[in-house]
Amino acid sequence: MRYGDTVAVDGLSLTVERGTITAVLGPNGAGKTTTLETCEGYRRPQAGTVRVLGLDPVRERRTLLPRIGVMLQSGGAWSGARADEMLHHFARLHAHPLDTGVLMERLALHECGRTPYRRLSGGQQQRLGLALALIGRPELVFVDEPTAGMDPQIRRAVWELLDELRHDGVTVVLTTHYLEEAERLADKVHIVDRGRLVASGTPLELTRGGTVATLRIVVTQPFPPGAPAALAAELGPGTELTELDPLSIQLSGPADSSTLATVAAWCAAHDVLPESLSLGQRNLEDVFLELTGRETLS
Amino acid sequence: MSTFAPAPGAAPVGRQLLTQAGMEARLMLRNGEQLLIAVVIPVIVLVGAVRGSEKVGLDLGGKPIDVLTPGVLALAVMSTAFTSLAIATGFERRYGVLKRLGTAPLSRATLLGGKVLALLVVEVFQFVVIGGVGLALGWSGPSGVVGVLGVVLAALCGTAAFAALGMLLAGSLRAEATLAAANLVYLLLLAGGAVVLPADQYGGLGDVVRWLPSGALGEAMRSACDGAIAVRDLVVLAAWAVAGSALTARTFKWE
Repeated sequence: MRYGDTVAVDGLSLTVERGTITAVLGPNGAGKTTTLETCEGYRRPQAGTVRVLGLDPVRERRTLLPRIGVMLQSGGAWSGARADEMLHHFARLHAHPLDTGVLMERLALHECGRTPYRRLSGGQQQRLGLALALIGRPELVFVDEPTAGMDPQIRRAVWELLDELRHDGVTVVLTTHYLEEAERLADKVHIVDRGRLVASGTPLELTRGGTVATLRIVVTQPFPPGAPAALAAELGPGTELTELDPLSIQLSGPADSSTLATVAAWCAAHDVLPESLSLGQRNLEDVFLELTGRETLS
Repeated sequence: MSTFAPAPGAAPVGRQLLTQAGMEARLMLRNGEQLLIAVVIPVIVLVGAVRGSEKVGLDLGGKPIDVLTPGVLALAVMSTAFTSLAIATGFERRYGVLKRLGTAPLSRATLLGGKVLALLVVEVFQFVVIGGVGLALGWSGPSGVVGVLGVVLAALCGTAAFAALGMLLAGSLRAEATLAAANLVYLLLLAGGAVVLPADQYGGLGDVVRWLPSGALGEAMRSACDGAIAVRDLVVLAAWAVAGSALTARTFKWE
């Protein structure tokens, strides 16, 4: 049996396992939405193969559509339709829909059920979009930036919901520009950049279990010449030095209890007074920065 | 408890069709601008034209109300099947409604069927209002069973022709351009398309305008109310429907 999909954006190849949450992470223009839309059958790949639930999303779209749920990044409702009307409408297009009242309550939409779509806030429109993706009880849902523009409390509620979907056997594929979201929810994370897959793994695999630490030093006066390199040498082999800008450096490599003492001695020897100094485990954000070389996401 | 346990499946096509038609008809009847063009303008045209032609003593070849009411019914079909449909569909494209509906298990045929059914529901409502005003002003109504059948046929063929053209516009232009073009064409056809006024009022141009969907619909409706079925005009409308649909199928952009 074959499940999941093999996707080509630019030689991009990835497979999704049933009953898991997969996050596709990448900077703007990385090809996240294109990848999703190819899986949803909106785009026909020029080369390569896409199979979703074993089906060709373009040729076998009619068979595929009832089995998947799709949350678009934005829009997609009649401006004059009320939120509950929109959800009822989609419910009636499916054979065994979820209870609309329950779903509205879970997504905190019951208070704005009578509000026309055009008067809903951005976050409410997002949640309605998610509700529309889930109403038909799909096996697989594609959600494009599900919590963009939501306040933290609602974001947590959506995370719980996505967790529950996985628990109930629904497969979730999401794109996100919140690293925290990927780190917390996803079983597997695929980092995409310029249409290519640059890394894949569980969040833990990607951050290599914390054996690597990151040290960031920010100063108010430029570093004395050669000082950063000297620190890297003192910290031992395997340490990587990145000069982020003239006033800040980042070192990543193995760390132990003597690391801070080494840094303190180096500060005294080179007459460096850090404005800030931070030592921490590598997180998904560091991995992401290393791989894509970009500061900002989405 | 497994709230979200997968149980996918599409609803039966019949239910989908009624759901889609109901939603679209509700949205149209709830929209103030759409109601203006669907009912208010036709009623104003009817009352104004009847009063005007009586005042200036225009010879329409019959009682003004009997000549003008069928024309205004034709105008109502045109306003709904062409202008309202084009504008609504243009904005559905613009706001991604068509894209989102494309993710639901709703086939394009069912979606189109729902739209046409919604147009017919709105037209029934228009016919009740306009016909009511006409009767109040002394209209004698369509004569006999053949007349009623003729009105129904004219409405169906007119809806097919104008809906095909409305979709052609909506599927190829931007939403704002569709809005402007749909209103402009409506006004031009209202003034010069032999919808409300009979084609023979246009002198030498009368033979030309009868080949327009507006003229054909107007003539078919007037013949029907006189108790005759205007086969030629119905065929002209059917031809516009076929040509418009073929072009739309080739050019329609869903996004």
